Amino acid sequence: MKTENQKAWLFVLPVLALVAFNALIPLMTVVNYSVQETFGNNLFFWQGLDWFENILRSDRFHAALGRQVMFTAIILAIEIPLGVMIALAMPRSGPWVSVCLVLMALPLLIPWNVVGAMWNIFTLPDIGLLGYFMNNVLGVDYNMTQSPTAAWVTIIVMDVWHWTSLVVLLAYAGLISIPEPYYQAAKIDGASNWSVFRYIQLPKMKRVLTIAILLRFMDSFNIYTEVFVLTGGGPGNSTTLLSIDLVKVALGQFDLGNAAAMSLVYFAFTLLVSWLFYTIMMRDEE
Amino acid sequence: MAKITIDKLRHSYSPNPTGPDDYALKEIDLDWTDGGAYALLGPSGCGKSTLLNIISGLLTPSEGRVLFDGKDVTNLPPDQRNIAQVFQFPVIYDTMTVYDNLAFPLRNRGVDSARIDARVMEIATMLELEDRLATRASNLTPDNKQKISMGRGLVRDDVNVVMFDEPLTVIDPALKWKLRSKLKELHQKIAVTMIYVTHDQTEALTFADQVVVMQDGVIVQIGSPVELFERPQHTFVGHFIGSPGMNILPCEVVDGGATFQGQKIALEGKVVKTGQTTEIGIRPEYVRLSDSGIPATVRKAADIGRHTVVEMMTGGVAINAITDAAPPEPGTEVRLSFDPDQTRVYSDGWIATEVAK
Amino acid sequence: MKRRAWIPIIYILFLMVPIYWLVVMSLKTTNEILGGFSLFPQELTFDSYRIIFSDPTWYWGYINSISYVTLNTVISLAAALPAAYAFSRYRFMGDKHLFFWLLTNRMAPAVVFALPFFQLYSAVGLFDTYLAVALAHCLFNIPLSVWILEGFMSSVPKELDETAYVDGYSFPMFFVKIFLPSIKAGVGVAAFFCFMFSWVELLLAKTLTAIYAKPIAAVMTRTASSAGYELGLLAAAGVLTIIPGAIVIYFVRNYIARGFAMGRV
Repeated sequence: MKTENQKAWLFVLPVLALVAFNALIPLMTVVNYSVQETFGNNLFFWQGLDWFENILRSDRFHAALGRQVMFTAIILAIEIPLGVMIALAMPRSGPWVSVCLVLMALPLLIPWNVVGAMWNIFTLPDIGLLGYFMNNVLGVDYNMTQSPTAAWVTIIVMDVWHWTSLVVLLAYAGLISIPEPYYQAAKIDGASNWSVFRYIQLPKMKRVLTIAILLRFMDSFNIYTEVFVLTGGGPGNSTTLLSIDLVKVALGQFDLGNAAAMSLVYFAFTLLVSWLFYTIMMRDEE
Repeated sequence: MAKITIDKLRHSYSPNPTGPDDYALKEIDLDWTDGGAYALLGPSGCGKSTLLNIISGLLTPSEGRVLFDGKDVTNLPPDQRNIAQVFQFPVIYDTMTVYDNLAFPLRNRGVDSARIDARVMEIATMLELEDRLATRASNLTPDNKQKISMGRGLVRDDVNVVMFDEPLTVIDPALKWKLRSKLKELHQKIAVTMIYVTHDQTEALTFADQVVVMQDGVIVQIGSPVELFERPQHTFVGHFIGSPGMNILPCEVVDGGATFQGQKIALEGKVVKTGQTTEIGIRPEYVRLSDSGIPATVRKAADIGRHTVVEMMTGGVAINAITDAAPPEPGTEVRLSFDPDQTRVYSDGWIATEVAK
Repeated sequence: MKRRAWIPIIYILFLMVPIYWLVVMSLKTTNEILGGFSLFPQELTFDSYRIIFSDPTWYWGYINSISYVTLNTVISLAAALPAAYAFSRYRFMGDKHLFFWLLTNRMAPAVVFALPFFQLYSAVGLFDTYLAVALAHCLFNIPLSVWILEGFMSSVPKELDETAYVDGYSFPMFFVKIFLPSIKAGVGVAAFFCFMFSWVELLLAKTLTAIYAKPIAAVMTRTASSAGYELGLLAAAGVLTIIPGAIVIYFVRNYIARGFAMGRV
């Protein structure tokens, strides 16, 4: 059993100091922006909650939020089941497991803008492998810079390519922690494959899957670099997800107050969803 | 319920076994009659769990056959053998209630719900879990979880054999005793064949009618607890069963009799076999402290409740005696005599004396 | 299980195709790239790589990236180790809520926080140093390290600590000589994830650097835009950014899955 010891705070102090320095000060700065108006030259004027009111009423915000929710929902709906399915199909041990894991982890280790650049090269209509294949072999008209559908399919496939491995790794870690007797007992009890999944594997993967869903939700909700490099938010505004929109507002229009208020709204939204999800998933624990 | 026959069974975990050392099980032949309570006893790594997994069908043996009522089941998967197995750690379906856990094996076999209900209630009552049926299984204590594992085996009335693989490992000592007697009681009530694997002699001896003692993949003796205690067929059995175990003293065999420390020792009968090594086996219970006999020096005396274990040295060999009398002080020189009808000679580990008829 | 082996195989093939294409492009001449489509390089060339290795802007990008990533890994682990120890051994006020709070630091939209980060690090005089990027990346690497290390530490029985004290070890001696070696797999996994997330992050790294600490990924962005569309060069630089990660992952391959399994929420 753990012992009660308030001195343990001393051990946590460096972590708190570092994280607080990086998290709280910038957050306060953003909050500060969000209630002011600036015309450059470091002149700021008190603006109150006007920005927040504007944002919540603006069509642009609703459109970007709508695209973002759709993007996150689609990639979660693909990556989580796909990741679990791949993890289930992996052998529990053996020489090939390490090889598989190394190869699968590879996309996770590529800098995000390289991911975007790589997919750009991959999908160029006439000289990219995928672009060439789609247009010249399958005869499908595929051009990301012109068709919003093509752009959407591409960013989703790219995200699936980039991040499904994280789900696989987490789900696989959950699976290999299940002791062999559970499978043996299920065999003896005459359980079907589905029952084994539903009553043994899924409950044991719950913790890691919660983490996987949370991470994927948060990271996809803030996705910027890969999509920006690949599509630049276009064609038109079709792939302008929240973060891309934010940058357009903040840097493109130098509308800092508005951008800050927007980002706080997103932050609050992400926090709320994550917290709800975390609480619901962890309710049964302990 | 069925009679279980193990026929010339051998098993190796390596795909190309070369010598006998590659075999976890070396040539096992066994017959288990219907409705008996059996124990498989042996130290860790002796092959008892391997044998259990072969009977349940979780492992396919390298050679030999497993027969249930004369029917060859060697290659049948576990779910078609109608067996039940309870593992070392309680295996329960965390997200289900106690009721659903117990009903699970029946539902998987498409039993109708009225019948399931009746069986679950019956088994739950037997296990004293009837008031917990609606609880989520993950919230139970380890002993109740282990009861559910047992219950899932017992709930099926077509079950051939229920197997227990060291089921009390994670149970508190106080509850161990309770659960063990519950098991015994269940066996008497439903009279299904039960096989209990353990390395704990107390568990084996209290549970089973017949105990199979294994060592290094070989069965060294099959017998009732009394037989194992009274006449061990092998020095391993003598040493493994009993507390402290049988004394084993190197001796010389001359003309069908044995001499130890130059003294002739009276035996239960004639020595009929000789081998590389010959040893006298005598349980501490039958070693007497007396006025004449083999000289020994007392090293220490340990009070174990109603008796005292006296540890002594005689000619460089340790020997124990159990006595009810007041123990001698350490350092005392004593003399020992052995009860002849409990004194045997073992050659190469196996019993070598024969009782004259 | 064997029958389903095709699922991971197909998935891995899917992962490899874009990487394959990146490698192929890096080995083609610019003329060939723009001239038309070919599955394999017709005239194999290492020119793109030669340019990268001979131009200081390029190779300094690598040195910079590796420097701050290493620095970040060291700082993150140094801070996370005692904290993880506290979480795994003691109960104290607020410990239960801390994990979720730490996790929330991933939720802030980095693009908007980039500017405050810039101001903050300029104000403390760290702008355009390795330390700035290394510290900024602690924001998401420390919570992750604490989580992973805590899981590994909790699996070490508390009796180990007590035995060491009985044997006369002081706390720092015990921690370094006995405790750390017994969780070295965990330290390896945590280091791997620190390396990974620091290596792939670009936005903060780019914002906090100008010349002296500019990461390789930022150098690439510049090439892609200012020096025209030099796809071969871009591809070669991309390939080179994959290599350090691949090397690191090779060393920890046996621990990755376990690292997640041991961590607790």
